[in-house]
Amino acid sequence: MANSQSMQVEKEEITATEDTERTRDVCCFVMRADIYEMDDQIIIVADVPGADESSIDITLEKNVLTINAFVEPKAPEGYALTFAEYEIGDYQRSFRLSNEIDRDNIDAKVKDGVLRLYLPKAGDARTRKISVKAG
Amino acid sequence: MYRQYRFPTTWREMDRLQREMNRLFEDQYPGRLRRAPSYPAMNIWTSNDGLIVTAEAPGVSPDDIDISVVGETLTLSGVRKPDELNEGARYHRQERGYGNFTRSIQLPFPVIVGEVEATFRDGVLSIVMPRAEEDKPRKIAVKSA
Repeated sequence: MANSQSMQVEKEEITATEDTERTRDVCCFVMRADIYEMDDQIIIVADVPGADESSIDITLEKNVLTINAFVEPKAPEGYALTFAEYEIGDYQRSFRLSNEIDRDNIDAKVKDGVLRLYLPKAGDARTRKISVKAG
Repeated sequence: MYRQYRFPTTWREMDRLQREMNRLFEDQYPGRLRRAPSYPAMNIWTSNDGLIVTAEAPGVSPDDIDISVVGETLTLSGVRKPDELNEGARYHRQERGYGNFTRSIQLPFPVIVGEVEATFRDGVLSIVMPRAEEDKPRKIAVKSA
């Protein structure tokens, strides 16, 4: 069972990786994610406030699953920002998948700023119960 | 602070230098981010006619959020529920927290409580509050006597 975790507010900015640069003008943060495993699939739940289904890109290349969520920071018309505790920006994170994931059936849903990725396990990797017999 | 007035020019120079340094750092990092004391982090946008408070609360259902405005204090409370899991689920990583949260914040000016509107979209909560009429800045005409 999961332990109750206190709610964190700080956002972590991504560290610049080798060779690549971001050409967008906004900050980029590492999205917080919970990863849990069921018997037949692995589920990734990630916080992407401000992004909806049209602004999230998920790509799978070789074994690396990359999630890019683009957020447009809109300032309300006629208002000035006088107090800020968080910055608005994009989110990016990569995960390395093992061979036991069935790549063709990966499913992604986003609702209320939460992205849920369902990664089904390929047939051989499903958890099988092995019963123990006396003898 | 006890100042020695034996060398007034020295202290004045030091004050001026201090102010210059402050101004320099203000320009480098305008609008420094403050550290939120608790969840959720909030931004406040103000204008002469009102203010907008935005907070990021992904995964919280709009029914679970309570917003109340009393005088110049806005209180935001609610609960973020964890995902329902079947038996046999194992966690590899847990970075998102969940539970109850309550946050109060002092508003810069009084607002019309009856006209406060809140919208929740893609995990971002926006609360639009129009400024109280008596508090709006007024132009005072200068008449020649």
